[in-house]
Amino acid sequence: MAGGASSVFIEASTIRELFRKLSEEYPGMEPHIKRGVAVSIGGKIYRDQLDTKLPVSSEIYLLPRVPGG
Amino acid sequence: MPLDQDLEIKKFKVIGTRVRRPDGVDKVTGRARYGADTSAPGQLVALVLRSPHPHAIIKKIDISKAEKLAGVKAIITSADLPDLTNGDRAMLDILENCMARKKVLYDGHAVAAVAAIDATTARAALKLIKVDYQILPHVTDVDEALKPTSPVIHDHIFTDGIEPKPTKASNFNKQAEYGHGDLDAGFAEADVIIEKSYKTEQTHQGYIEPHSCLASVSPDGAAEMWVCTQGHFVYRNQCAALLGLDANKLRVTASEIGGGFGGKTHIWTEPLALALSRKANRPVKLTMSREEVFRCTGPTSSTSIDVKIGAKKDGTITAAFAELRYHGGAFPSNWAEFGAMTTWACYDIKNCKSLSKDAIVNRPKTAAYRAPSAPQSCFAVENTIDEVAKAIGMDPVELRIKNAAKEGTKSSYGPVYGPIGIGATLQAAKNHPHMKAPLAKDTGRGMACGFWFNFGGQTCVDLNVTPDGTITVAVGTMDVGGSRASLALAAAEELGVPYEAVRVIVADTSSLGHNDMTDGSRGTFSSSMAAVFAARNAITILRERAAKTWEIPVDDVEWVDGEAKAKGASRGNLAPLTLKDLAKGAGGTGGPIAGHSEIVADNAGVSFGTHICDAHVDKETGKTTITRYTVIQDAGKAMHPSYVEGQYQGGAAQGIGWALNEEYVYGTNGRLQNAAFLDYRIPVCSDLPMIDTQILEIPNPHHPYGVRGVGETPIVPPLAAVSIAVTNATGVRMHHIPMSPPRILKAIKSAKM
Repeated sequence: MAGGASSVFIEASTIRELFRKLSEEYPGMEPHIKRGVAVSIGGKIYRDQLDTKLPVSSEIYLLPRVPGG
Repeated sequence: MPLDQDLEIKKFKVIGTRVRRPDGVDKVTGRARYGADTSAPGQLVALVLRSPHPHAIIKKIDISKAEKLAGVKAIITSADLPDLTNGDRAMLDILENCMARKKVLYDGHAVAAVAAIDATTARAALKLIKVDYQILPHVTDVDEALKPTSPVIHDHIFTDGIEPKPTKASNFNKQAEYGHGDLDAGFAEADVIIEKSYKTEQTHQGYIEPHSCLASVSPDGAAEMWVCTQGHFVYRNQCAALLGLDANKLRVTASEIGGGFGGKTHIWTEPLALALSRKANRPVKLTMSREEVFRCTGPTSSTSIDVKIGAKKDGTITAAFAELRYHGGAFPSNWAEFGAMTTWACYDIKNCKSLSKDAIVNRPKTAAYRAPSAPQSCFAVENTIDEVAKAIGMDPVELRIKNAAKEGTKSSYGPVYGPIGIGATLQAAKNHPHMKAPLAKDTGRGMACGFWFNFGGQTCVDLNVTPDGTITVAVGTMDVGGSRASLALAAAEELGVPYEAVRVIVADTSSLGHNDMTDGSRGTFSSSMAAVFAARNAITILRERAAKTWEIPVDDVEWVDGEAKAKGASRGNLAPLTLKDLAKGAGGTGGPIAGHSEIVADNAGVSFGTHICDAHVDKETGKTTITRYTVIQDAGKAMHPSYVEGQYQGGAAQGIGWALNEEYVYGTNGRLQNAAFLDYRIPVCSDLPMIDTQILEIPNPHHPYGVRGVGETPIVPPLAAVSIAVTNATGVRMHHIPMSPPRILKAIKSAKM
């Protein structure tokens, strides 16, 4: 998806911008982002609020959107 | 008043009280309307023709004789459900599961559906439909499906997650990896290494109410559907997309729900009922039989899991690895990946990894089942942890406490934890009287902890003040576990009115904006938050109306205990205006008074629980009796403690059934052998002790009242807790769920050899 890299460096101020830049720089990521991913910012998990600000130097994890029962 | 989701510490007036449930009387008197209880004039009865083969090419379907049968009004096959998915493979998979296209993929896969004037005629018509199958080799076992020699079910599946991507199609649809650290170094540090393999069998959610819907499509394209579902907005969106309807023209009303637990988060027969209604130009009711529910809806995955744990003699876990193999039934899925994400989530382990392999088999499409994928991985991990404790001679609770994740721990699935409750539940278990109670002969005690993600999502709430000053609340997130009571409590708390003054309904899809389905333990978490915000918006209007009435600035009006009060010394002669006063005068101050809230609630926070189980095993018959069971879990804030306790008890009961009895049994012909409650035995009241509960309240910082989702985590630890108890009762480690009497006797016999 990201050329085999487990972590990448992206400059972005919101989740929306992060997704856009990831899709541009790593086209393999785009279908996964379109299907929906969750974002962990400093341990807090966001699934929907794309306007969420990314704190400076924050560690971001992209996770599958986990279903529930 | 704030409209953000951060916690406010406050003293509650009604939150946390055990008020009478609003749906109780209707449900115990039979007045409540479930999926099959709605009827329409002129409605037809629909039945579905299902494949007897697990894997076959559909060469031809001849409906000519059935069409001529008197009383038959419409017959559909996949030809009546053209692919409108525009390249969206996930939606095409949903359509293909609802009705087979070129191949049947599992025993029970739909191939045609009939709408007729009555069930007798529909049954006769099914017999007149001739399907010419070319039978193909099949596979129903997850490990067999992953072998290169396995019959390939889909020729478009090339394993995702492996570099380079394979060029040969297979049943291995996805591989994923989670974890951190250096496994080799971690295992090299260990004094003890335990390596074990486990299997769990496929189970069904076992909801009492079968799926049912009534569909009515008019010639002008407007359509209505009454259906039993966990998410009528999602059903609306998916059915409209698959049938080429505008979503606004399909109005879906959710019935009361007789259980779902994840199984009613997917559409199954609803598009068929709508397509039949459109073709027949009559309302169509389609209700599944119990056999169909078992054969054709969405059970959980069966699994095969390998675990390896290394630890020092002082109990420090130095390395942990698991390989998890799950299946998604006949369609690609991520179930093993979700299992892998939960594998080590309870623990703070320097070097850990989980590798997932998702497979496709000739079984019905796997659906979510309460904390989907977590109970199986918990079963494998916690049994191995228990073995580590035995190997180093350490108390199993102390071992878990020593290695428990805490605030600041880097979780095994990536993020660093904020404040979490695993340590608190383990300490509560350690101090619980159950842990110290004496054990009877042939009885063992087991304990286990488990983890699940919760989430929030999109929710709409409309709150209206009626002319007599009582309150109606409409929500679009289905009530599956008591959220109507919680919403009424939230509205009453904010407005300062009695709980009984608030009535909550679940509104249809034409009355509110989109709501996500009730899954992920989100129902009460997100809809109570929306109700709080809707009430606060209504209070803003109530203060404005009072200000108008008094002809004073709105800033001089405050809302206290259900009344508008004028602030300041100069206003002392103004008597408070009650909600009733303001409602009565609403026509003269600006019209109806309401508060609305449309939110997306994120950051629900993760959830942990610890269970303790005592199990007696009859070593002659292999029968296990659960003699005592305790659930300890963090609820954040229990809005209605009785409902929270009910969720804990229900999850434990389902997990005990999964651990001891429940199992899909497939014959060598690929057909399900036990599609009935007589042969697929879920626990009933007489099988279980009273399940004790201990609610911990560690407030969630991201909900105004501190609420956490509680519905799913209770099913995570039971497989492990029960199996460890059985192991301690028999002296033989149980590696295969369910631990039915024959399986226990076999394990005891093998251990003696």
